[in-house]
Amino acid sequence: MQREGSALHGVGVVFLKELSDHFISIRMRVLEWIVVLVGVLAVFNAIQQVKETTAEDPFLFLKLFTTAREGLPFTFVSFLSILVPLIAIGMSFDSINGEHNRRTLSRILAQPIYRDALLFGKFLAGLFTLSVCFVALWLLVIGLGLYVLGLPPSSEELVRALIFLFVTIAYAGVWLALGMLFSIVFRSAATAVLVSLGLWLFLLIWPTFAPYLAIAASPSSDEETLILAAQYLQRLSPNILYGETVVAILNPTTRSLGPIYLSQLQGAVLGAPMPLGESMMIAWPQIVGLVAGTILLFVLGYVIFQRQEVRA
Amino acid sequence: MMSADNVIEAQGLTKRYDGVAVVKAISFSVARGEIFGLLGPNGAGKTTTILMLLGLSDISEGQARVLGHDPVREPLAVKRRVGYLPDQVGFYDNLSAADNLRYTARLMGIDRDEREEKIAASLDHVGLHDVADHAVQTFSRGMRQRLGLAEILMKDAQIAILDEPTSGLDPQATAELLQIIRNLKTRNVSVLLSSHLLDRVQSICDRVALFNKGEIALLGTVGELGQQVLGIGYYVDLEAEGAGALEKIKSLPGVRSVEPAGPNHVRIYAERDVRSDAAAAVISAGGRLLRLSVETASLDLIYNRYFENAAGARHAA
Repeated sequence: MQREGSALHGVGVVFLKELSDHFISIRMRVLEWIVVLVGVLAVFNAIQQVKETTAEDPFLFLKLFTTAREGLPFTFVSFLSILVPLIAIGMSFDSINGEHNRRTLSRILAQPIYRDALLFGKFLAGLFTLSVCFVALWLLVIGLGLYVLGLPPSSEELVRALIFLFVTIAYAGVWLALGMLFSIVFRSAATAVLVSLGLWLFLLIWPTFAPYLAIAASPSSDEETLILAAQYLQRLSPNILYGETVVAILNPTTRSLGPIYLSQLQGAVLGAPMPLGESMMIAWPQIVGLVAGTILLFVLGYVIFQRQEVRA
Repeated sequence: MMSADNVIEAQGLTKRYDGVAVVKAISFSVARGEIFGLLGPNGAGKTTTILMLLGLSDISEGQARVLGHDPVREPLAVKRRVGYLPDQVGFYDNLSAADNLRYTARLMGIDRDEREEKIAASLDHVGLHDVADHAVQTFSRGMRQRLGLAEILMKDAQIAILDEPTSGLDPQATAELLQIIRNLKTRNVSVLLSSHLLDRVQSICDRVALFNKGEIALLGTVGELGQQVLGIGYYVDLEAEGAGALEKIKSLPGVRSVEPAGPNHVRIYAERDVRSDAAAAVISAGGRLLRLSVETASLDLIYNRYFENAAGARHAA
């Protein structure tokens, strides 16, 4: 059945309103402090180690993202892999059920817009807000790095760092879409946030269980098959996809994200950096996986929202 | 084909949830400039009917036309011309009344040039001009309802659909709100309102549909329904001096009975509004008319009697 008018009519209005809400909210104030603290901590956490061990490294700047002071378990990237889901869920868990609970949904949808506009506007505003935070964080790290190291990043380092920024936004998109999905499914914001966090925790420990599941489910006892099966299962977790992508992009010496076969090592200069294009080839499936995960979760929420009754 | 005089027409409108019909093949129409009440207990299907007319809920069967548009295929055309005040309307509490209206004005597509003017005029109309910049979280329930009406006025809606507008309001707030709804009619806005508080909205409705379990049990003016269910539609109170008029009044067409209610005071039970005929009868008999007023049968009474009768009929069967 053909509907009149554009489904996206009104997206801009919803986007601007949501953006304004995000920017004046307490959550944003908390987010700003998190950005500053994480940025400063990450750089000073990494800087000592970088100075001591890798003075001649051609990718010194990238080390700021992936190196930690000896004895400390958290690098900037690992900070982000934990923080990004929490922030994204925190921004989306009450996006739709909040409208239900405030009893604003039916009034807003009685205006000449489709539900699509409301959902798209909210999602894009959330993603834009997160992007602003990550760009600020990224600039803070780059700026502090410049100040502390006294060296500018090379053009390839800058491009790799930009790709890392994009991947972080895509990773946030997955969790934002997940939070929004649960905000559509559950009328109670508390239930939505609990289920979202529960799923995040489960996916955080999922890689530990995946090999056992592979062994239990696979009819083959071939070790290589089991390793590959376990790895595919582990990649159901966005954390793994993000981690693997970041390793390939920020550590140019990474040659593979799976098992390395002897045939792959023939003629290879171990420890030599891969060209950017090769690193992208390695990380491409993971990047596509993150973007696809975002789209899939959003579409799932979209379909459920379209079928839901508006009345409170 | 929709009649030119009707702004809403529903034919065999049905809504099913999981195969269970909650609105069962109802048909009704609302004329231009009319205040039409969908009345009945909670859960009778009133809100579901409203949501179907707005295109916010799918129609399982039947069809509806709102200002000539199909709410299923042309929901935007319907929503551009129809204002909706939901049951227990919600606003963004952290925003001011004016900011809440600014947001919906942008969604409505009102030009920036006329937006502020319309917001100020609509807030003024509902008596919220002085608190335009106050956060809505400080508003009482009555003020929120009035803000919802301001939104409808800002939209220049041709139809206002009000879902339980007086629910939870104190008598004064109810009276104020009903007056604003009456004013909508003077602006040639047709009003479709739903309520389970029959006595509160009886005074403003031109016609009503009484809902019961997803069906329209009765439809018409309150007088017609009184006539249909109670056999009496109107109570005319007459105070007059002079004898001789009583017999003339008793013989007027439509008069069922005349009962004394005090010195020089009678109550006339009639099938129609007989005030003018009764006044003429008093004057022609050489009497002096002191007071003449009419009341229609109470919707509460009509509704209760209807279901007593229906239950009695079922019992007898």
